[in-house]
Amino acid sequence: MKSLSSDRHNHYLANDILPAAPHPTGLYDPRFEHDSCGVAFIADIKGRRTHETVADALRALENLVHRGAHGSEVNTGDGAGVLLQVPHEFFHRECAALGFALPAPGEYAVCMCFLPMDAVGIDACRQMFEQQANSLGMSVLGWRAVPTDNAAIGPSAKAGEPGMHQAFLRRPDTITEVAAFERTLYLLRRRMENAARDRDFPGHECFYVCSLSPRTVVYKGMLSADQIGAYFPDLSDPEVRSALCLVHQRFSTNTFPAWRLAHPYRMLAHNGEINTLRGNVNWMRARERQFASELFGDDIKDLLPVVDESASDSATLDNVLELLVMTGRSLPHAIMMLIPEPWTGNDGMNELQRDFYDYHSSLMEPWDGPAAVTFTDGTLIGAVLDRNGLRPSRYYVTKDDRVIFASEVGVLDIAPEQIAHKGRLEPGRMLLIDTAQGRIVDDSEVKSQVATEQPYGRWLAENRVGLADLPSAPHVPTPDHGTLLRRQQAFGLTHEEKRLLVAPMSQNGEEPIGSMGTDTPIAVLSARPQLLYNYFTQLFAQVTNPPLDAIREELVTSVATAIGPEGNLLDPQPESCRQIELKSPVLDNDELARLKHFEAPGFRTCTLPAVFDVREGPDGLTSAMESLYELADRAIEDGCTILILSDRDVDALHAPIPSLLAAAGLHHHLVRTGTRTDIGFVVESGDAREIHHYCLLFGYGATAVNPYLAFETLDEMIQDGELADLDHDTAVRQYIKAVNKGVLKVISKMGISTLQSYHGAQIFEAVGLDRSLVDRYFTGTASRIGGVGIDVIAEEVLTRHRTAYPVRPIAAPDLDPGSEYQWRRGGEYHLFNPETVFKLQHATATKQYKIFKDYTRLVDDQSRTLATIRGLLDLQYADEPVPIEEVEPVEAIFHRFMSGAMSLGSISTEAHEDLAIAMNRLGGKSNTGEGGEDPARFLRDANGDWRRSAVKQVASARFGVTSEYLVNADELQIKMAQGAKPGEGGQLPGHKVAGPVARLRYATPGVGLISPPPHHDIYSIEDLAQLIYDLKNANPRARVAVKLVAEVGVGTVAAGVSKAHADVVLISGHEGGTGAAPLTSLKHTGLPWELGLAEAQQVVVMNRLRDRIVVQTDGQLKTGRDVVIAALLGAEEYGFATAPLVVMGCIMMRVCHLNTCPVGIATQDPELRKRYAGKPEFVENFFRFIAEEIREQMALLGFCTMDEMIGRSDRLNVRPAVDHWKARGLDLSTMLEQPDVPDGVHIRRVREQYHALDKSLDNTLIELARPALERGELVRAHLPIRNVHRTVGTMLGSELTRRHGGDGLPDGTIQFKFDGSAGQSFGAWLPRGITLTLEGDANDYVGKGLSGGRIAMYPPADATFPPEENVLLGNVALYGATSGEAYFNGVCGERFAVRNSGATAVVEGTGDHGCEYMTGGRVVVLGRTGRNFAAGMSGGIAYVFDQAGTFERRCNRGMVDLETPDGQDQEAVRALVERHYEQTNSPRALRILEGWEQAWPLFVKVMPREYRKVLQDQRTESAAAISVAPAVAEVSLG
Amino acid sequence: MAFVQIERRLPKRRPVEERVRDWGEVYSPFPEDKLTHQARRCMDCGIPFCHQGCPLGNLIPEWNDLVTRDKWREAIDRLHLTNNFPEFTGKLCPAPCEDACVLSINSDPVTIKQVEISIIEHAFREGWVTARPPAMRTGKRVAVVGSGPAGLAAAQELNRAGHLVTVFERDDRIGGLIRYGIPDFKMDKQLLDRRLSLLLEEGIVFRPNADIGGNVPAEELRRDHDAVVLALGALRPRELPVPGRDLAGIHYAMPYLTLQNRRNAGDHIPDDEFVSAAGKHVVILGGGDTGADCLGTAHRQGAKSVTQLQWRPAPPETRGQNNPWPEWGYVFRTSPAHEEGGERAFSISTREFLGEQGQVRAMRAVQVEVEDAGDRRARLLEVPGTEHEIPADLVLLAIGFAGPESHSVVRELGVELTERGTLAMNDEKMTSVPGVFAAGDAERGASLIVWAIADGRITARNVDRYLMGSTDLRGS
Repeated sequence: MKSLSSDRHNHYLANDILPAAPHPTGLYDPRFEHDSCGVAFIADIKGRRTHETVADALRALENLVHRGAHGSEVNTGDGAGVLLQVPHEFFHRECAALGFALPAPGEYAVCMCFLPMDAVGIDACRQMFEQQANSLGMSVLGWRAVPTDNAAIGPSAKAGEPGMHQAFLRRPDTITEVAAFERTLYLLRRRMENAARDRDFPGHECFYVCSLSPRTVVYKGMLSADQIGAYFPDLSDPEVRSALCLVHQRFSTNTFPAWRLAHPYRMLAHNGEINTLRGNVNWMRARERQFASELFGDDIKDLLPVVDESASDSATLDNVLELLVMTGRSLPHAIMMLIPEPWTGNDGMNELQRDFYDYHSSLMEPWDGPAAVTFTDGTLIGAVLDRNGLRPSRYYVTKDDRVIFASEVGVLDIAPEQIAHKGRLEPGRMLLIDTAQGRIVDDSEVKSQVATEQPYGRWLAENRVGLADLPSAPHVPTPDHGTLLRRQQAFGLTHEEKRLLVAPMSQNGEEPIGSMGTDTPIAVLSARPQLLYNYFTQLFAQVTNPPLDAIREELVTSVATAIGPEGNLLDPQPESCRQIELKSPVLDNDELARLKHFEAPGFRTCTLPAVFDVREGPDGLTSAMESLYELADRAIEDGCTILILSDRDVDALHAPIPSLLAAAGLHHHLVRTGTRTDIGFVVESGDAREIHHYCLLFGYGATAVNPYLAFETLDEMIQDGELADLDHDTAVRQYIKAVNKGVLKVISKMGISTLQSYHGAQIFEAVGLDRSLVDRYFTGTASRIGGVGIDVIAEEVLTRHRTAYPVRPIAAPDLDPGSEYQWRRGGEYHLFNPETVFKLQHATATKQYKIFKDYTRLVDDQSRTLATIRGLLDLQYADEPVPIEEVEPVEAIFHRFMSGAMSLGSISTEAHEDLAIAMNRLGGKSNTGEGGEDPARFLRDANGDWRRSAVKQVASARFGVTSEYLVNADELQIKMAQGAKPGEGGQLPGHKVAGPVARLRYATPGVGLISPPPHHDIYSIEDLAQLIYDLKNANPRARVAVKLVAEVGVGTVAAGVSKAHADVVLISGHEGGTGAAPLTSLKHTGLPWELGLAEAQQVVVMNRLRDRIVVQTDGQLKTGRDVVIAALLGAEEYGFATAPLVVMGCIMMRVCHLNTCPVGIATQDPELRKRYAGKPEFVENFFRFIAEEIREQMALLGFCTMDEMIGRSDRLNVRPAVDHWKARGLDLSTMLEQPDVPDGVHIRRVREQYHALDKSLDNTLIELARPALERGELVRAHLPIRNVHRTVGTMLGSELTRRHGGDGLPDGTIQFKFDGSAGQSFGAWLPRGITLTLEGDANDYVGKGLSGGRIAMYPPADATFPPEENVLLGNVALYGATSGEAYFNGVCGERFAVRNSGATAVVEGTGDHGCEYMTGGRVVVLGRTGRNFAAGMSGGIAYVFDQAGTFERRCNRGMVDLETPDGQDQEAVRALVERHYEQTNSPRALRILEGWEQAWPLFVKVMPREYRKVLQDQRTESAAAISVAPAVAEVSLG
Repeated sequence: MAFVQIERRLPKRRPVEERVRDWGEVYSPFPEDKLTHQARRCMDCGIPFCHQGCPLGNLIPEWNDLVTRDKWREAIDRLHLTNNFPEFTGKLCPAPCEDACVLSINSDPVTIKQVEISIIEHAFREGWVTARPPAMRTGKRVAVVGSGPAGLAAAQELNRAGHLVTVFERDDRIGGLIRYGIPDFKMDKQLLDRRLSLLLEEGIVFRPNADIGGNVPAEELRRDHDAVVLALGALRPRELPVPGRDLAGIHYAMPYLTLQNRRNAGDHIPDDEFVSAAGKHVVILGGGDTGADCLGTAHRQGAKSVTQLQWRPAPPETRGQNNPWPEWGYVFRTSPAHEEGGERAFSISTREFLGEQGQVRAMRAVQVEVEDAGDRRARLLEVPGTEHEIPADLVLLAIGFAGPESHSVVRELGVELTERGTLAMNDEKMTSVPGVFAAGDAERGASLIVWAIADGRITARNVDRYLMGSTDLRGS
């Protein structure tokens, strides 16, 4: 039944619906929402307009439904939409019926807009609309209320449902060309949007323009993919015809009604995320003042602000794309500017294109993905993939000239014989269809055309200058050892920092690592003066976008930058690139001096003093900032183009302004005044020394940094003989190298690949800074619990200054010893200190609860006074406590306890097994960590003990993640991030991979192992949903948990994870983490769990998604009180890692990564392992005591069961922190806020997730396979398959493994043949005994985790395209495979066989990053590979049939050599090619075999160097050296 | 992994037969290459329990590391940062740091004390230890009463802070217990003189033979100084009220040791004022360090036999369950003096002293057991039938100290005492009299030299803050 949906509230109580898009509340801030999606388009190359195109596009969208998500209501989707050409015939008919006539196509525009539901609002909006249109000379021909049918949509979607209206505007007679008409329409829309923003008319809050164009119209809403057709009956009308149709389905992390956030936008639809958004938005705003365009004249001001800051990343990108196109650039040109392919390290790119990108990098920083962007102006339609290529994008070109592009193959049934070509979008590449010209425009053609529009190369040559080319400076500052010590003290340098940070950076060229997390107070709770840097924590990517691998995938990264003014973005001139090119953003003294002395037209530097007079006291800092602004403004007026902020003037009377404050404050000041892009700015700083410092300086706007004091310190250490064998230049060079590498690592944690994009992107959260301070100097940064103001910051500076320049000098001056990393008496506070470690060990070893209480009193008291956020909370006890006997017994509590994820390897077998035994005895859960588990532990021991870990971790390297491993779990934990180093992978040197550590990881002893930073099958939230579904299939009896690390926005991620059907969400605090991590990560990434947990609870409850997930938390939990607070903040289960280790004897040596643990825990050294003295009983005692304490607290709180306590943050009070000079400004009330939800909305888990396993194709397969499963009989069957059939074969595999163990059944016992397009994860973790054959094609993750099974794929028999040139399967096939075989008669996507550790595969061509991180197995590629083949490959062998002789260039030879294969290889390869032919009937295989003599010399062998060495050693019997080499600890992966 | 590969080694002790014939130090020098080798065993712990176990908070891992890298200059600077007199502690401290060393959990600890003494001796040899008079004077005057380790540490710290410090000592020589309480075979007194001359050079004024309340009126002390530090020690000996206690030949340990020290220092002491063990059966009551000092002294004086008794049972060979690492290990220890001979007996209680003509000749002793009294205070039970006689011509009482002696200065200043008889004071180390502070055993009760230095430093920091409103002294 059609309706205008005005009865939307009729059937629903207000209580049932989610509130309209909320404002920031509690810890929730809508800014941190993410979305991610499925996208598709269908285009008729020849421009033929048909209804079929629209209908097909809608059908494709329906087949992408699994890529979207539903909220707490199954019928409320996150958003879906359609963009199509204006269907003139249809509108003509409809408008005629409404009583007005439309002119010819092109002479009118259609506005699709959301209006209020009430008549008054509608009238007001229409009136406003008509007035604005009239003022631009356009008349509104008429209005059409778009019919909608909201019968099927959910109550929450209904609650926010707007009215859908179309306005038709006549083109003014004065305007003749379409582009001019579009510009006028753009101006109209911007004016209306600004009026709405200014609340100029009633109904403004509903008013939203979906599209306003003579060429295209957008239908969209908060719908799911399968609802859109029914909701908009228009779309089914046969007269709705279009030559192109772009569709989109959204997966949002939240579920709040957001009709306008549905895609497509006016010009694009986007799958992925813009990581650099904050910086991009800031820079756009900074540029606005310079905007000038002949096309708009004075009207240009009405286009501002270009970016709606409250909108999503996609909307923002759309805003800017539109601006660039409307002001005169072509659509492909604008796209190339925004999403440039990697050009710095790309040898294969032609000069003209490189010049284009180089030139444009002076105008704009890249908008970094992961992004697959589809775009159209109604005539051109195309798609582009960002440089990393992390979003799947596949297309078919049909013989009847259509292109079907989508996130997946198989969204439409196309007869195989109709297909001319199957392709995929490659990283950085553009697919462009010009429906006017009627052809597909090749990537290189379109880019060459754009690149030759202007002589960019000449412009660069004439204007751009390299820093090294500048004339030498007459004077370079030299170290001043006489005053060095005082200046070091003034900037707060410690001996510890010199020894542990600065020295190793210059010695090794990389930053040092540490272990065992951090247990010092956050800066605001520290009694010691802290550097301002320490009040900021780095954000990192988790789930919604992937961290990058800056090391292995170097080709996309760059720290190069340029300094100097930017020109008018809208009017590019040769002078726009008049800048100085910097290869590194860290300048040595010589470089800075050159810069300072360089005088040329367009270049003038000015140095501003960043110091303040100590006699003015703390107030001096504020006034110094103001005068800094004045000086800068004046310098800019005087034509200065490079500002240098320098704190070199520090002396007895002058204290430094913290560099970060000076830089960020000035940056924001200049952004506000609109002069930021007139200058470049450099910070000459005495306080920058750690990686984190540089990240902050760049992130808050500094273009380059000269850390002169760090250099002088290096010089001092050289003089003192502390840096053996280093001269000054080498030390400085190495130090700079370490900084660049470290910065790159930090930015890649956020998924950003170039420093240029990170520059000014502010990817930080402030913790413990007063909000007004943050708003003023760090505008746009989150600071959610308030904190210290500028007076305290100044006082901290002055305290350091007084130490350096004491009024009454006492002792011979010396640096503070420092105590951040190692405990020192009177130094920084550590929760684990001599007293607490001693008491804890003594209490648990001798089972003395009284002593345990001493321990907890110490911990609780000290955390109350100065260490933790939870210490600032008070429990609000009940007026009448319940008798303790009525509180549930300890035994009822144990199941809530988990021990931390520590791999065998990170800790010794003894320690690992004792933990498991203890947890199993109690009924809690231990965790394997990322290192596999010995199958011998799956069975109980004779004495009844069980060494099996209940929780099996699935981390990025997938070490030992086999079907058997997964089946033997109660919980499967996806480690998205690790507290100690979120967003990073790890590395394990070869000498540590020995014995069981190697065996369980399916690694070669002696060969190093690398864990990738991202899970290569999770680049977005819908990928995570897929992995959860995969794991659920791999073990339907296990819970699937997702481990996140606390950071701002973790709540929205948690909501998304709940929507992705995880059973458990773990919020880890940053302090935790027993594994080795770079010190920057260990100290400066992530948040305490209290904040993360509170945010997660609030957001998930707000979204009504709490009822279906268990929430866990961990990160330095130490006492019963800690657990009680975690429970009240919303956690149901609690993890402990450090404390149980201490209980087993750990004394916080913090050398786990060195394998020298003196108590035999974090070591594999047999001698040291003998020293291990822990016992499972100690651990049992610990948890028993914790449970006992919890009970005592529960009695006082008046709770009988823990369930009653979950989420009751109302029982927590904020202690007035008056006794702490810095904590006074903290405001924790937002943490304790409870979302305002109606009764009946659950705040803890009460129901199961619905995993839809009952709908899996595997139910059929299992039935069919019963004779094989039960009796080992042969089973064969033939079935059709579609892309909606995901994870086929996995549940069947789990059945097989459960019954027959890790060895499975004889190869080929079960054989299933499929026809069609398979969905994602076809054959994941397929065990031995199952063979899946697919005739057709498949999506991503084919054969992931292959565990002995066999997969064969080939194109349909009646296909006419050559298989070896067409894409057969998607990305990341065979990820983490451990054994088995796979044969692919066709080309695959990126990252083929990534982290393969034992499977054998043949494929006919690969995308980029093939065989990345491979550690074992054999791969034969019978065709072209993409770039960066074999990056990080440390084991196994690949053979590439290199017909064109170009493979060498595309191979990353960092770890491998290319060899000519020998006779033994020949036999093996030939056998594999024969088998390939036998399995897939590959024509190429046949040709190769037939011409073997000619073909064989073209094979290249890819051999990892370390692996070869080990194999040789084994052959020459010197292998003994390896087998007896001490098995050594691994912590980097823990 | 030096801590696995290298075994703990200490310097050799001189042969017993040689060393009991002189008053020279027991230990031979330790070659520096061996020492640095030993220092390499340090693991540079995340939580250096040694550094916590040291009352001074010595930055042990840091100077261990510096020594291994041959950076002796930096090492002494880092050592002097927390310890004014490392040569004293390096010789005399029982090294609770070594008991707390992480290595001692399952192996032998680092030879921390040996590293310490080596650093300071190296520094003296190199001439690096020089007087460091303050850069400026505050014009404030401070009196320190008592020149033991606490007084000297407080004096040096306060002098460095720029105050004019005068140290008053009632004895004829400066040094307190270090001077007269410590036998020379444990520490050569030249070490003390060497240090004192530096203190002098730094501007500290020493007034020996100055008995406050005696030849120096307490009033004068108050009048002439802005602050007073009482570092009086706790030399009032614990009494042993048994029959025969007043027989001749029964002496407190401290006067006994003092006499020998004076002689060694060249003082002429007539034999009839001297107490010698020569040719005597000597019984030492008390199993502590002072007892061991008496033991070594008696042997050197030529005792016929020496028996050291204590009422406690012999400590266990390894730590008991309720005496875990990193606590001070209550275990059976053998000091160099024990190596030199004599009997040790445990669980022995003194019944009475037996004498002839007013001179002690034996003691009657009995075996005792400690009653397992649960939470209550333990009681000694005599074991029936174990009473026996021990020949004793000389009895030395080394059974501990009861608190500060009754000083006239305390009375005259009107300083309040605690129930234990020690000086009462507040958190700022000030006694009940404004401007009068206390440090060391006088407020703590008899304890280790390392505590005395630490207390002196802490009190100095408080005095400085009292005088100036703020302080940059580290304290401890």
